[in-house]
Amino acid sequence: MLEVRNLHACINGKEILKGVNLTIKDGEIHALMGTNGAGKSTLSNVIVGHPSYEVTAGSITFNGQNLLEMKPEERAHAGIFLSFQQPVEIPGVSMVNFMRAAVNARHKALGEEQMKSTDFLKRMREKRKFVEIDNKLINRSVNEGFSGGEKKRNEIFQMAMLEPKFCILDETDSGLDVDALRIVAEGFNKLRTKETSAMVITHYQRLLDYIRPDVVHVLLDGRIVKTGGAELAQEIENRGFDWIKEEVAE
Amino acid sequence: MSESNEFVRKVAEEKYKFGFTTDIHTEIIDKGLNEDVIRTISSKKGEPEWLLEFRLEAYRYWLTQKQPEWGHLKMPDIDYQAISYYADPTKKKKDSGNKEIDPELMKTFDKLGIPLEERLALSGTAVDAVMDSVSVKTTFKERLAEKNIIFCSISEAVREYPELVRAYLGSVVPYRDNYFAALNSAVFSDGSFVYIPKNTRCPMELSTYFRINARNTGQFERTLIVCDEGSYVSYLEGCTAPMRDENQLHAAIVEIVVMDNAEVKYSTVQNWYPGDADGKGGVLNLVTKRGHLRGVNSKLSWTQVETGSAITWKYPSCVLTGDNSQAEFYSVAVTNNYQQADTGTKMIHIGKNTRSTIISKGISAGRSQNSYRGLVKVSANADGARNYSSCDSLLLGSLCGAHTFPYMDVHNNTATVEHEATTSKISEEQLFYCNQRGISTEEAVGLIVNGYAKDVINKLPMEFAVEAQKLLSVSLEGTVG
Amino acid sequence: MNGGKQYIDLYRESREIIMQHSASLMNAVRDEAFDCFERMGFPSRKVERYKYTDVEKAFAPDYGLNLTRMDIPVNPQDVFKCDVPNLSTQLFFMENDAFYKGNQRSALSEDGVIITSLKEAADKYPDIVGKYYSKLADVASDSITALNTAFAQDGLFVYVPRNVQLKRPVQIVNILRSGVDMMVNRRVLIVLEEGADATFLFCDHAMDNVHFLTTQVIEVFVADNAHADIYELEETHTKCKRFSNLYIKTGGYCTVSHNNITLFNGLTRNTTDVILDGEYSELTLNGCVVADKKQYVDNNTLIDHRKPNCTSNELYKYVVDESAVGAFAGRILVQKDAQHTVSQETNANLCVTKEARVYTQPMLEIYADDVKCAHGSTIGLLDESALFYMQQRGISADEARMLLKFAFVGQVIEQVKLEPLRDRLQRLVEKRFRGELNKCIGCAICK
Repeated sequence: MLEVRNLHACINGKEILKGVNLTIKDGEIHALMGTNGAGKSTLSNVIVGHPSYEVTAGSITFNGQNLLEMKPEERAHAGIFLSFQQPVEIPGVSMVNFMRAAVNARHKALGEEQMKSTDFLKRMREKRKFVEIDNKLINRSVNEGFSGGEKKRNEIFQMAMLEPKFCILDETDSGLDVDALRIVAEGFNKLRTKETSAMVITHYQRLLDYIRPDVVHVLLDGRIVKTGGAELAQEIENRGFDWIKEEVAE
Repeated sequence: MSESNEFVRKVAEEKYKFGFTTDIHTEIIDKGLNEDVIRTISSKKGEPEWLLEFRLEAYRYWLTQKQPEWGHLKMPDIDYQAISYYADPTKKKKDSGNKEIDPELMKTFDKLGIPLEERLALSGTAVDAVMDSVSVKTTFKERLAEKNIIFCSISEAVREYPELVRAYLGSVVPYRDNYFAALNSAVFSDGSFVYIPKNTRCPMELSTYFRINARNTGQFERTLIVCDEGSYVSYLEGCTAPMRDENQLHAAIVEIVVMDNAEVKYSTVQNWYPGDADGKGGVLNLVTKRGHLRGVNSKLSWTQVETGSAITWKYPSCVLTGDNSQAEFYSVAVTNNYQQADTGTKMIHIGKNTRSTIISKGISAGRSQNSYRGLVKVSANADGARNYSSCDSLLLGSLCGAHTFPYMDVHNNTATVEHEATTSKISEEQLFYCNQRGISTEEAVGLIVNGYAKDVINKLPMEFAVEAQKLLSVSLEGTVG
Repeated sequence: MNGGKQYIDLYRESREIIMQHSASLMNAVRDEAFDCFERMGFPSRKVERYKYTDVEKAFAPDYGLNLTRMDIPVNPQDVFKCDVPNLSTQLFFMENDAFYKGNQRSALSEDGVIITSLKEAADKYPDIVGKYYSKLADVASDSITALNTAFAQDGLFVYVPRNVQLKRPVQIVNILRSGVDMMVNRRVLIVLEEGADATFLFCDHAMDNVHFLTTQVIEVFVADNAHADIYELEETHTKCKRFSNLYIKTGGYCTVSHNNITLFNGLTRNTTDVILDGEYSELTLNGCVVADKKQYVDNNTLIDHRKPNCTSNELYKYVVDESAVGAFAGRILVQKDAQHTVSQETNANLCVTKEARVYTQPMLEIYADDVKCAHGSTIGLLDESALFYMQQRGISADEARMLLKFAFVGQVIEQVKLEPLRDRLQRLVEKRFRGELNKCIGCAICK
């Protein structure tokens, strides 16, 4: 599904990614772990095409398409969804209008018919249940006045609405209490199909208890330095990153 | 002849979709302004002597005045002698005496989305349709008359209800008020007259649609609304004009009188031709609008969405004389390309415990200049007066300007006056968030701008709100990215 | 043009005498300034920047001018009592427009710092004075500046060389002295070279019970990386009219603050124009006005952001009591190239009586899109719920009101960085609100 080859990227002239290689197949869940500043969020931003990042070398293909030539919204239409670490507030734009615009844009891009208003609202109602999100939040402006946990739930809710093929969860667990974490993770699991893949960025094992990864990568200083199975995450939880750093240094 | 018979010349430019002209015989008097012209206008309209005198006095005063220069505007020189002050599209070529309205005119208003046949009309809205200097038709007059509501063109009101008109005309905006008010008072053509009798809730929205069509004419409409004790009316105003290379002058006056316990809502969606992308042409919209809250507990609310005109110079104001009266001003002004807007309000608190609210949202794009200018005045007797003003500016692009010029004069220690203003741009993060959800940048700008303007749009009646939202997006097309 | 005929006639009659008693550098711009004044006259109230002050009326009475520079034979140190305890300053007196002869003067101990009479400096350091004098204060755009430039014969000159930091604040006590009604045209020029650091405290006092009309033009040049704190404290009396135009221009990476405090006066009009002409400079403009009787205070400020990445903060607070009038107009101008400007302007007013009047006009004029600018302005009453809360805790209504007023202006005074001055201001303002001090300490009229 996703193929990242020798990816180099920088922001404000500073190189953050220094040759990332990553292959994610259909239906796989990959966890991406690493210290602060290792480049995890940079990688996710580059995949979705954030304009602040410059790709200086390498390639990203998504189901055969060259992602780097696509606009952010085209990448979204292709089925890539990022659950932002810090979702931005958009005052005055109601969640309903926002989602309608997003859903319609996607339908248009895929050459599908526009959704009828009633169908759309019905879908909103259904999907809301996935993350047990309050109707009151849906009637408010996008992320405005939402608590940290509500913002994260709202991200998963949007994921449910847009039915992406590939999701990136960028520290979706940060700022969530145990119950909220469970709701968000279960919501995500319910949305999974055999075809959907995901990249989960996290510092902690606890999210991975709910969302079991097939593969765990460790990103340090702009490179993936270690790849393993789910047990690698547990080991990091117990031992931290220093032992991996030492391995790399050797 | 099929070419010349073509009813509407479709204009290639899509962005201003009301830019067509109507090919119709129009009686236009010669260009120029002098006392004879004023006498001609007055006699064509069959006016009584007192009104002619009113016009002439205003004209003589206008001659002594200079065009104001305090606005944050670069005003082109206006040659007042190069304008024709009266254009009548309802006059038949051979004056056949036929009373029927020319179907061309009906079609024009159909095309503008203002059907004049009552069976086609938007339910619940009565329309007075004005083209150039003349009212073409007023719908639902009879139905309104059942409740003794008067809704007609001001020319008709002068003939049918001279005492009412005489009692109120110029009582809120005297001709000495300002340069353009004097000009309007001298040459005003048509506009609407509304009288809501005591304890009557007007059963439908009243609306006037103004259309400039003829070349080299100005439009000088005059609207007078009187809402008597305990009554309510919601009034809408819309306007468009063809695309022409030269500037067209529009100098209007709107006067509103609100009596005890009465309430008036006045909404405008102003979409005069804004000129082309290089700043050529467009309407000069120089308007004096004022409401007098004469009665206790009276209410007046101005809502305006200003997207058109090359220049907008307009300050819908409220004089709060009645104790406990309440006034509101909600405004969205969008400028793009070379448009200039200097708009805002005046809230003059005279009565006790009067309240006013000002919410202004300016959106500037292209090379436009967008200014809010407002005065809040609390006079010595206005004990307990309160005002809250909030003026926000949104800048799209680095070549435009957004300015805020509020004035607050407080002569009473029991008053509370608050003003806030901010300036911002659409953040990269917001655009990217929308992009990531699959929404294009252009559409995202439309969404965000509409969200920004929501507080004001929500104040508009339903149909207008939808129209206004579309206008906002269209006006800003191509400004980002 | 509006009025000003008597000043035009006076200039024509006395041009030779004025020049004879001044310096040639100052004389060099005199005629041009006069031409500008003659052309403009006094600004009418239709002139936007002067809409709140009737200038012509203020200048209409007859005042004497000390054009021949006669000495006033009293030692200011004998009569002056405006000491700020514990504030160790370098103290200088200005008698009317003249640098007091008894001052320590000229090149001081600290590394080529010059603090002296402007007239003397113009002759002694023509290179420096010539480079800056009348270069910032534009005679063509302001009548008061034009009038001052035409008539000013002397004043104060301060020069702080590169990287010199003045350890002690420079305190300038402006003393108005005269036996007859007097007009004073004072001129101040301050030059801070790169990396210089200085604090100035100007205190205005009037020693005689006559009418004074002062025009003052202060030009301050702050070069890159320099730091300037300027405090102005006006404690004159009801017969004093002050027209003060302050012009500041900064380079890059400067920190500049100006605090304008008006406690006692008759009519005051302060114009403050600041040009931020280098990147990454920070400006603070603060003002505090406590006015009663028939005091009239009009502050008009302009912050001109010309370069990117500068920050400006402006806070003016007024307490307007009895029949006093307070006016504030603050314009923030962000030029096209001044991206990433951050600017906040706040004006808050307490209108205490029914007769008091407040005019406020905060303006934003923005030509750059990537900026954060906001202004707020309020006119209002004391917070009733706070009043009640305090009363419930046993504080009398009057005391509670005083405390709230004090807290209201306290926000400005807290920003005074000189601690002894801050303490003194706090005491002064508190006494003023308590009514224990409805006159200033030093003036003849109040003694």
